Amino acid sequence: MMITPQLGVRIAVLAVVATIVEIAAVSQVSIFGVSADLSPLVVMSVGLLTGSITGAVVGFGVGLLLDLTLVQTLGVSSLIYLGVGYWAGRIRELRDPQAALTPLILGAAATAGATCGYAVIQFLLGVDAPVSLLLVRQIVTTIVVNTLIALPVYALVRRWLEPSLPDDPRRRRRRAYTTGGLSPLSRA
Amino acid sequence: MYDKTVRRRRAVLGLLVALSLILLTAYFGEAAGGGLHAVQRGFVEVVAPIQDGASRALKPVRDLFGWFGDTLDAKGQRDSLRRQLQQLRNQRIQNADAVRQLAELKKIFNLDHELSLASYRPLTSRVIGRAPTVWYSTVNVDRGSGDGVRVDQPVVDGDGLVGKVTFVTPNSSVVTLITDHTSGVSARISESGALGVVQPAVGNPNDLLMQYLQQGDAVRTGNSVVTAGTTSGRLDSVFPPGIPIGQVTRVDQNDLFKGVHIRPFASLRTLDYVQILLRTRGGTGP
Repeated sequence: MMITPQLGVRIAVLAVVATIVEIAAVSQVSIFGVSADLSPLVVMSVGLLTGSITGAVVGFGVGLLLDLTLVQTLGVSSLIYLGVGYWAGRIRELRDPQAALTPLILGAAATAGATCGYAVIQFLLGVDAPVSLLLVRQIVTTIVVNTLIALPVYALVRRWLEPSLPDDPRRRRRRAYTTGGLSPLSRA
Repeated sequence: MYDKTVRRRRAVLGLLVALSLILLTAYFGEAAGGGLHAVQRGFVEVVAPIQDGASRALKPVRDLFGWFGDTLDAKGQRDSLRRQLQQLRNQRIQNADAVRQLAELKKIFNLDHELSLASYRPLTSRVIGRAPTVWYSTVNVDRGSGDGVRVDQPVVDGDGLVGKVTFVTPNSSVVTLITDHTSGVSARISESGALGVVQPAVGNPNDLLMQYLQQGDAVRTGNSVVTAGTTSGRLDSVFPPGIPIGQVTRVDQNDLFKGVHIRPFASLRTLDYVQILLRTRGGTGP
């Protein structure tokens, strides 16, 4: 997909705002003992709407912003989220899923991938403290909470990006049918 | 055309992965004063006011969603609190006499001033950000080196120990909580004086582990754990002595050392304000 300057600006604004909202508000609200994680959902939504390259770049950017702002090891979140964005974009390019629940399923998978990715990298870098089995419960609960908010997050991202997205051929076709332009019935 | 697209896609992906790995390796290997840390410090300095503003603006939203979360958690907490209430009633009766004796002893030894946190010049700070993953237990606060904050200063809230300052910019700081996997606090059992080290159990923010307690040390469920103030006979800890850390919830006997589980007193998931103790032990600090 061609990224126009307008779309690029919208994506950049989205990445910055999502990161700030994540750090300043969402991560401080505890639901079932965990907080929702907006980043994988936003990156997944951008990938799903714009494709693999944009998804990977946005994932890298969001991860870098998070690592810089929270003074975490640079590169960890970038590596994880670029994978999430690329993967979501590839799903769009290869399968082009249209089901209404697609963002919900992909949101769950993106969160699972991100949390497991963090765990793997942290273990590779070395964990100084004992690890509780409840970590698994925390990860599962985070995935459930993120799954619940995946649809509204996707809808908000789509609403923000839609004015700058290139016209989708399928949407154009659907519109043509509903207005009667290309309907076989109208020709009959 | 198709080949070109595929090549382009793979090139971008490879470039980004390589960039991430270079960043990760360089950052992990460099000292705290290195170039990437300096870039990070500069970025935090620029972002902190924005984060502060966003935190203030989004507080009503946070409170609203927090209310929903609190309501969901309330049932479990109610049952737990009922049990605690029963235990505390019994304990209160036992403690009444001890409290009277302690007050007399405090007067005699003038210890109340010594243990008072006021002597450590607490600086109230607002939490303006929090790490979203379970792997990083850190919060960003709105006070920095311009307010006298330095690395390694202890951080408390109204209930007990929260963590210590690990990163400072002129207008903000990063506090690593006692539930972060890099944390370790020398501590003692308040009732028996037994010494150990409190470490987190990664993945469970409501559970800390007190380690290196000998089998002979007297520890019971319900005992309080406070900071020891020393790391060895000669070395002072960064934490002043006597700051409450948590309450013993379980004691495992099946090891060379006792494994003591502690529930932290501070509500580490819902911190709004914390206090940074500016004056470290021995009277140093601004």
